[in-house]
Amino acid sequence: MAITDHSLDTALAGLDALELTGNGTARGRRIAAAVLPKVAATVLFFALWQALVASKWKPEFVVPSPFTVIKWMGQHPSDLLHASWVTLSRGLLGFLVAVVIGGVIGILNASVPVVRSAVGSMITGLQTMPSIAWYPLAIVFFGLGEHAILFVVVVGAAPSVANGIISGVDQVPPLLKRAGRSMGAKGFSQLRSVVLPASLPVVFSGLKQGWAFAWRSLLAGEIIVVALNNRGLGTLLQQNKDFLDYVGLYGVMVTLFLVGVLVDSLGFGLADRAIRRRWGLVEGR
Amino acid sequence: MGVHEPLQPLVESAVSLQQVTKVFGAGQSLVVALEGIDLEVPTGRFTCLVGASGCGKSTLLSLVAGLEKPSAGSVAVVGRTALMFQEAALFGWLTLQKNVELAIKLRGESNRQERKAEAMELLELVRLADFAHHQPHEVSGGMRQRAALARSLAQKPDVLLMDEPFGALDAITRDLLHEELESIWRAQAMTVLFVTHNVREAVRLGDEVIVLSSRPGRVVERISVDVERPRRIESAAVAGVAATIADRLREEVRRHGDH
Repeated sequence: MAITDHSLDTALAGLDALELTGNGTARGRRIAAAVLPKVAATVLFFALWQALVASKWKPEFVVPSPFTVIKWMGQHPSDLLHASWVTLSRGLLGFLVAVVIGGVIGILNASVPVVRSAVGSMITGLQTMPSIAWYPLAIVFFGLGEHAILFVVVVGAAPSVANGIISGVDQVPPLLKRAGRSMGAKGFSQLRSVVLPASLPVVFSGLKQGWAFAWRSLLAGEIIVVALNNRGLGTLLQQNKDFLDYVGLYGVMVTLFLVGVLVDSLGFGLADRAIRRRWGLVEGR
Repeated sequence: MGVHEPLQPLVESAVSLQQVTKVFGAGQSLVVALEGIDLEVPTGRFTCLVGASGCGKSTLLSLVAGLEKPSAGSVAVVGRTALMFQEAALFGWLTLQKNVELAIKLRGESNRQERKAEAMELLELVRLADFAHHQPHEVSGGMRQRAALARSLAQKPDVLLMDEPFGALDAITRDLLHEELESIWRAQAMTVLFVTHNVREAVRLGDEVIVLSSRPGRVVERISVDVERPRRIESAAVAGVAATIADRLREEVRRHGDH
């Protein structure tokens, strides 16, 4: 005799309960596990730096002690914050334009085979081109100013964004596409409901790489295109070198590094983790 | 809701294949997946397709689902189809509820509240209401298949096509899902075309079992299963019919060993 409907109910519920075991770790412990190694690495770095100073390998005005540099940073907080903000907002603007342009190019390449075979390999070619090589042309086109920088930032970041979308779409499991089609999704609805969300984790690493390229191109630009009204970190860096303010030079370098780490771990890192967790690509909940 | 009568006379076909041939590739790499298939799937009945590897079972379902076109012959389907796979093929970035909602949306339901309510009803039907807000990777394989079943039902299919849906599950879970599928099929008066390589499963579920030959796939036998429902996969009656079909399949496989 087959089991009755009610006992089927309880049997399934029992099975579900058996198969689901909690595996969440405490939030505090997770944060500690993420932060402590970074703190340890930073401490180690400063210790090595101090050791280098103590070894008297170079005179103190060339390699100042980390304490001197941190003190200098404490004395110029508004300059550094303002310059960081100027550079960050320039970077963000360029990055957003790159995401739009790279996004359109990426989607076109991923969904139209003719476009793919025509320009697909060129995108990777563009990606490997050092962005600093674009500056002479950019300056000829746009003159020494914001527009030249924006141009190079976009050219530097867009190929990574496009390539991220192309490889993301390539990696969508055929089964999911089949499932989408069998439910009646086609063309745009298939792209929007199935293909793009399925490729998001890979697309996101393309965005992350795009940001890295944008940031590099931007700093190169701020150093080369000095005639800017708004002084960003690159301009500050170049000026401190020119004015022989080497402690200031180090101070800006440390700031640059800090801004980079913050954007990467707080901006991209958290989003990346959230995406990977939602897509079931990491263990735990 | 009318009680399903397994032995009612055959009225019409929900799916009808006539002289269907499907060929993949060309030249040296040409593969004939299906050749001259004639197949009638009676409306409202549970029909199982069994065959050894390479009999083109999945290809056949793709043709019926309209995902592929036959190289020759004709495929006729009355009403809408939904296709369920061996792996759940749920969208991992959506909760179980949103997965079901998406199918309802793609079916053409534009009212968001309606979609939500219907998705919850379907999840209740497969006893997953408590897990509506879980992601697919947070639940077990059996639960994923139940969610996939709910998603298929969300397409309001007249014909439910199932491609070894329980092949990757353990025996206990599979038994329970057989019960569940059977009761849903009875309640919804759907036509089911169920593909499996598991002969006992076919006999446990099917009103009729169709045996396919391998490479190329052809219909070699149709066996009507006259075992009273409810059935158990362990019962002697099921095992008896299964043995006959297994012998027939073995014959098919041996035929390939000869050359």
